[in-house]
Amino acid sequence: MQHGKYRFIVGFLALPVGLYALFVVWPFIQSIYYSFTDWTGLSPEFKMVGFDNYERMLDDDIFWKSLQHSLLLALLLPLVTIGFALFLAFMINVGGRRRKGGPVVIGVRGSSFYKIVYFFPQVLSIAIVALLFAFAYNPDSGAINSVLRGIGLDSVQPLWLGDPNLALWAVMAVIVWSTVGFFVVLFSAGMASIPADLYEAALLDGAGRATTFFRVTLPLLWDTVQSGWVYMGILALGAESFAVVHIMTTGPGGPDYSTTVMVLYVYQKAFRDGQAAYATTIGVALLIVTLAFAAVVMRLGRRERLEF
Amino acid sequence: MKTTETTAPVPAESGRPVTKAGVPDEMPSREKKEGTVLNVFSHGILVIWAFMVVMPLLWAVMTSFKDDSSIFGSPWSLPDELHFSNWSRAWTEANMSDYFLNTILVVGGSLIGTLVLGSMAAYVLARFEFPGNRFIYFLFIGGMSFPIMLALVPLFYVVNNMGLLNTIHGLILVYIAYSLPFTVFFLTAFFRTLPTSVAEAAFVDGASHSRTFFQIMLPMAKPGLISVGIFNFLGQWNQYMLPTVLNTDPDKRVLTQGLVQLAVSQGYKGDWSGLFAGLVMAMLPVLAAYVVFQRQVVQGLTAGALK
Repeated sequence: MQHGKYRFIVGFLALPVGLYALFVVWPFIQSIYYSFTDWTGLSPEFKMVGFDNYERMLDDDIFWKSLQHSLLLALLLPLVTIGFALFLAFMINVGGRRRKGGPVVIGVRGSSFYKIVYFFPQVLSIAIVALLFAFAYNPDSGAINSVLRGIGLDSVQPLWLGDPNLALWAVMAVIVWSTVGFFVVLFSAGMASIPADLYEAALLDGAGRATTFFRVTLPLLWDTVQSGWVYMGILALGAESFAVVHIMTTGPGGPDYSTTVMVLYVYQKAFRDGQAAYATTIGVALLIVTLAFAAVVMRLGRRERLEF
Repeated sequence: MKTTETTAPVPAESGRPVTKAGVPDEMPSREKKEGTVLNVFSHGILVIWAFMVVMPLLWAVMTSFKDDSSIFGSPWSLPDELHFSNWSRAWTEANMSDYFLNTILVVGGSLIGTLVLGSMAAYVLARFEFPGNRFIYFLFIGGMSFPIMLALVPLFYVVNNMGLLNTIHGLILVYIAYSLPFTVFFLTAFFRTLPTSVAEAAFVDGASHSRTFFQIMLPMAKPGLISVGIFNFLGQWNQYMLPTVLNTDPDKRVLTQGLVQLAVSQGYKGDWSGLFAGLVMAMLPVLAAYVVFQRQVVQGLTAGALK
């Protein structure tokens, strides 16, 4: 199979690699370079300024706020989303009532129905989801406060997105709402591949549901949980949180920068304030946080691989 | 109860029939009661979450048929009559038809481009040994974990310098480039699993490399292409960050962008019912596609994470 092999390889790779290098790799390399300049992005002229941008960043209160919010999102969102999804997936797949003579471990009735419904938000654009919830959170006429009034809680009418103490939590709830279903389906698929014999053996040994979950299900699912954790963390640091914060919170960035996250701050510095070089500096910080996050999860999550 | 006693009567290879008969006798009654309580509890939680997922969507559909005063006066009441005019107003006056057309053009072009270029690169990387193979592969894979926002600032100027800013084809090229990492990753793994013998036979019979690829390997890779195609379709249809940065011309807006712009401008104009109609209009096609192709969508979206 040697004849014309290299011509073929080059012919097939040129276009995809070329596009990828031009629009993805090259801008990445450039952005690190630009972070050492005073480029505004508006004019083609710029000069090297060394570490000035980095020094400025360390003195920037808003940067620290956005870093804090991003870290909170990266730590809390995977914890809540994956924890809740594991719980739901376990309920769906193992929570069924055992009929006499039937298999020991069965899913609840309608398990496939639940999986279909829970997955709904995943196919919707996060931008559309964010818009929808921005209406629901509206303090005067939104659906949520109107429910609170309906059940007699007239005194509890939070401003939600307008309250600096609540805005970030309100935004996080939306991300959880839209991503839990994906993980329920993912973990369900993982649980379905665990042999029923293992559950049977555990139940025979007198293990309760909780013990079964922590001793059988979770260890065997660990690889999936871990990759889900990294995936969710990257979402929370990047695209997902950008759309939600950009669309939902006033400013945008929330009252008193209460919801500003790093990716939003990069966007604002570059495209609103005309400080392209400084924006790429914050972008480099975001890259470091993302890589550190992935490394920590991989490191902490490393344990003996279980074969089954 | 000791482990040895309970496991002893179960022969290793025929676990199932023996346990079926054996379990009910050995299970203490406490276990059964706990099972019932847990069953009620688990059903309860599952129903509540299903309700919480469906409710906002139903609320949006309901609201899209109401007039402005009742949207604000009583958000949860049913519409007094079905105001279909909201929908027609959104479609024509609020430019939803244009946004739909732009989105279909951009996603259609990017999807085809992503699948063709992605499968070409993946095929070569999976089946041919050549210097730099590993390097190119990891170059692609690396793109999956980097924050896109970092590249967006210089990307804006790269696209601008090429005169591709605010153009449909420029957006298509960028979408393809950013869809390649996962596509190549997924399809490389897929091509490795396909049998080599068929391709070799075709080659021996005188087919060229590219003919072998397009006529033999690509049809064989159809299941993989469908999975990764659905993944890319949803990702590109729902893309928000890339068009927000690279596509600021009002006439070229895609759906997500257009809706967000609409929401901002409605703050002044006050046509909320039209906006809700637009929102539901944008939601329905993907929800319908999901219900119809439910199995493939789930497989497509979870395939990468499960490997």
